[in-house]
Amino acid sequence: MPTTEATPLTRKDFQSDQEVRWCPGCGDYAILSAVQQVFPELGIPREKFVIVSGIGCSSRFPYYMNTYGFHSIHGRAPAVATGIKMTRPDLDVWVVTGDGDALSIGGNHLIHTLRRNVNVKILLFNNRVYGLTKGQYSPTSELGKRTKSTPHGSVDFPFNPLNIAIGSGATFVARSVDIFMPHLKSVLKRAAAHKGSAFVEVMQNCNIYNDKAFAALTDKAGRQQNGLYLEHGKPLVFGDNQDKGLRFTGTDFEVIDLGNGRSADDCLVWDEKHANPSLAFQMASISTGDGLGDFPVPLGVLRAVDAPTYDAGVIDQIDELTTARPQTLDQLIHGTDTWTVDAGGSVHRGAN
Amino acid sequence: MTLPIAGQTDAGKAAEATVSDVVIRFAGDSGDGMQLTGTQFTNTSALIGNDLSTLPDFPAEIRAPAGTLPGVSAFQVRIADHDIHTPGDAPDVLVAMNPAALKANLRDLRDNGVIIVNTDEFTPRNLKRAGYESNPLEDDSLNAFRLYQVALTTMTRRALEESELDVRSKDRCKNFLALGMIYWLFSRPLEPTIDWLRVKFRRRPEIAEANVKVMKAGWNFCDITDAFQVRYDVEPAKLEPGTYRSIHGNSALAIGLVAASRRSGLPLFLGAYPITPASDVLHELATYKHFGVTTYQAEDEIAAVCSAIGASFGGALGVSCSSGPGIALKAEGINLAVMVELPLVICDIQRGGPSTGLPTKTEQADLLQVMFGRNNESPVPVIAASSPADCFDTALEAVRLATKYMTPVVLLSDGYIANGAEPWRIPEVEELPDLRVEFHQDAEGFMPYMRNEATLARPWAIPGTPGLEHRIGGLEKEDVTGNVNYEPENHDHMVRLRAEKVARIANEIPEIEVEGPQSGELLVLGWGSTLGAITGAVNQAWADGLTVSRAHLKHLNPFPRNLGDVLDRFERVLVPEMNLGQLALLLRARYLKDIETYSKVEGKPFTRDEILHRIQQMAGA
Repeated sequence: MPTTEATPLTRKDFQSDQEVRWCPGCGDYAILSAVQQVFPELGIPREKFVIVSGIGCSSRFPYYMNTYGFHSIHGRAPAVATGIKMTRPDLDVWVVTGDGDALSIGGNHLIHTLRRNVNVKILLFNNRVYGLTKGQYSPTSELGKRTKSTPHGSVDFPFNPLNIAIGSGATFVARSVDIFMPHLKSVLKRAAAHKGSAFVEVMQNCNIYNDKAFAALTDKAGRQQNGLYLEHGKPLVFGDNQDKGLRFTGTDFEVIDLGNGRSADDCLVWDEKHANPSLAFQMASISTGDGLGDFPVPLGVLRAVDAPTYDAGVIDQIDELTTARPQTLDQLIHGTDTWTVDAGGSVHRGAN
Repeated sequence: MTLPIAGQTDAGKAAEATVSDVVIRFAGDSGDGMQLTGTQFTNTSALIGNDLSTLPDFPAEIRAPAGTLPGVSAFQVRIADHDIHTPGDAPDVLVAMNPAALKANLRDLRDNGVIIVNTDEFTPRNLKRAGYESNPLEDDSLNAFRLYQVALTTMTRRALEESELDVRSKDRCKNFLALGMIYWLFSRPLEPTIDWLRVKFRRRPEIAEANVKVMKAGWNFCDITDAFQVRYDVEPAKLEPGTYRSIHGNSALAIGLVAASRRSGLPLFLGAYPITPASDVLHELATYKHFGVTTYQAEDEIAAVCSAIGASFGGALGVSCSSGPGIALKAEGINLAVMVELPLVICDIQRGGPSTGLPTKTEQADLLQVMFGRNNESPVPVIAASSPADCFDTALEAVRLATKYMTPVVLLSDGYIANGAEPWRIPEVEELPDLRVEFHQDAEGFMPYMRNEATLARPWAIPGTPGLEHRIGGLEKEDVTGNVNYEPENHDHMVRLRAEKVARIANEIPEIEVEGPQSGELLVLGWGSTLGAITGAVNQAWADGLTVSRAHLKHLNPFPRNLGDVLDRFERVLVPEMNLGQLALLLRARYLKDIETYSKVEGKPFTRDEILHRIQQMAGA
């Protein structure tokens, strides 16, 4: 199959002719822009991209990308994407989903796609509310959330999406924020480069039904005070003037003030490649993600480990057996035990 | 037929009699290996050249409590020297490995039929478990039958006295003692089963040899004792010249899908979730990776169908296979395929229901589900296989329609033909339909929802093709451009267009053919797995001098274009169905014709005689 010449692609090449219909001020615009900026930099021909989505505001994403796209049904995008990737390993397959789509109706597909390590990239836009159905609480809404469906406050505990991903055995888990453009782009590039399932939670503001859900993190002061920007091999330091750090007591994380004899050397050095996922799980657990707790919100890559991908495993078996067991369709149809009736009506075992 | 009790006798030997047709039922505990025993007898008879038909009947529980009625597993096989259509209404021979097997199957046995029982199992404890108040072997209750009492377990242990196997393993060979006896009784060779055992247990030769020894012991026991006065033979059937194999419906379906993949040039992708009685299709296709087949045991039924849709989007032949409860879960996925107009084959191996129902028993009650069990106007072509071997041809037809019309297609089979076997005349590969598919390549003027004028199919443009980047999805599409569109006129147009696309299939599928008088008083119309019983019944009715016609539907949506005319030519139309009249409902609605339903929903197929009696009543005999 021919591919396009290697003329450099630009952001414009990835903009479709469809009018973008998210609400003005929606965080999805920023994420769309980030993806349209990152894709041309990946060195992949445009026709090789496939974006698959489910249902919800975020899932309108494929219509606005000038790539192959599939707006599927509620929660099922990972399943559709798995079918594509298993049969077309040459394609670069991305899933765009939301907190309701991925963690409520589609929870089963998300965890199984991650545990299999299917080589697809999953972007979960987490706005902690159902937007397209006009404002019900979601599986990531905080306890006590008052919405149309929980007028007296929700009484069920939310998921932490990162912990779902880590617990499912995801080989790449990261988090960024819709409006943190440079950070978001760098996380998307890391996800794109990962071989295997890459799970990225993007904190996304719904200015209609859950405005300012992440304001403590995203406002000017919060970005430094409440954001912990993980970097592999670097100590866990944060705060306005990098004056705080996280150390690991052996059982828990602890915030320490730097200075007065304490330095970055006392902080844990982040290891995204740690074989045991429990440290990443514990890191994900320090904050609910809104920046309102005692701990900062971990951002960046929590986990990135190498593991064989499911699709490659499936295809390797097929390739190996195709070579090892050549058989014609005729042989398959005949099977092992046949008998033949000749024109005279007599019968003998075997084929003609 | 009734087995004769006398025959040609040589001095000192059992009399020999040739019979044209015999029905044997093997029955025992679910752990007694009855399915395997029956299958071996079937395969050996196939290799001799008999026509045959089988009816496995097993419980949903893997190992129900030993010795109880719910734990009984049975396998019925009919072999004949002529063309047969059903596994037989009543067994001539019943092999009962324990009291429960006897009790559960005795009522079906023909008068004067042969019963072989394992006396070792007729203990007070087992009799009680089976609900016997007195021992039927001693109380004259079996006087209407020819009872042969054999200590199968004792004889098996004796035959294996020198074997190193433990007692438990030895006892597990006792079904082969029974098989050896039945092989002798019906003059079958042992070699095919010996060959099979040695391949099957090539890594455990001691198991293979123990079974061979026990089977031979069973044979020899009959040969040297006077256990049976008469020995029978069933000669080869006069089948059309050609090469044959015995095949199960699910196996024919799996092989048919591989054949369709080869003939279309599309790699086959099966997304499936384990479910009775469809799992064997997954199992079998999982062994065909060397044909480029991808099988995906998904996390659930929904993922199974959605992965198949994804595979089709990428240019593979997407297939999903399930049974009624799973099909219900797939409904939304099937509707997505309707909307995005991608090829997809959904195989529904029907079972008893509703809900979990009777997982291992047969029924034809998903017809309305696959026709209408989705939201809104959701036209999907539906075709049905009518016999085990017909599953092969039906698979090819499903793929042909799916790819030519860019639509999901439902293929209906059921537990009866899925697990039943019959001889199949193996086709030449070159005779199979040419299903080659061309993906759209030309970017000039490309629109994802532009259409073929004849079929109304949209182009299949797969990712990776430069210049054809486009988006599809479940939202309503604007005709031609495929853009999201909510306009009232467009929606009305698209709803009608999707319906018209499926309706146009009627232009090319074969007209339905009537066997017997082309018009008259009574037409028996069937679909799917009732073909055998209906054919057998109508043939017998003709032999009895009755005037009746029959016809059988493979295409259920759309119907063959002449179906209305055919119905009009008959005063009465009888539709036997293993449901409460689902095809009849469709026919009445479509053709405003009074249809008489003959329902049976016992989890068992119609017998020939049941349909024959109904024909006799209606034809005034």
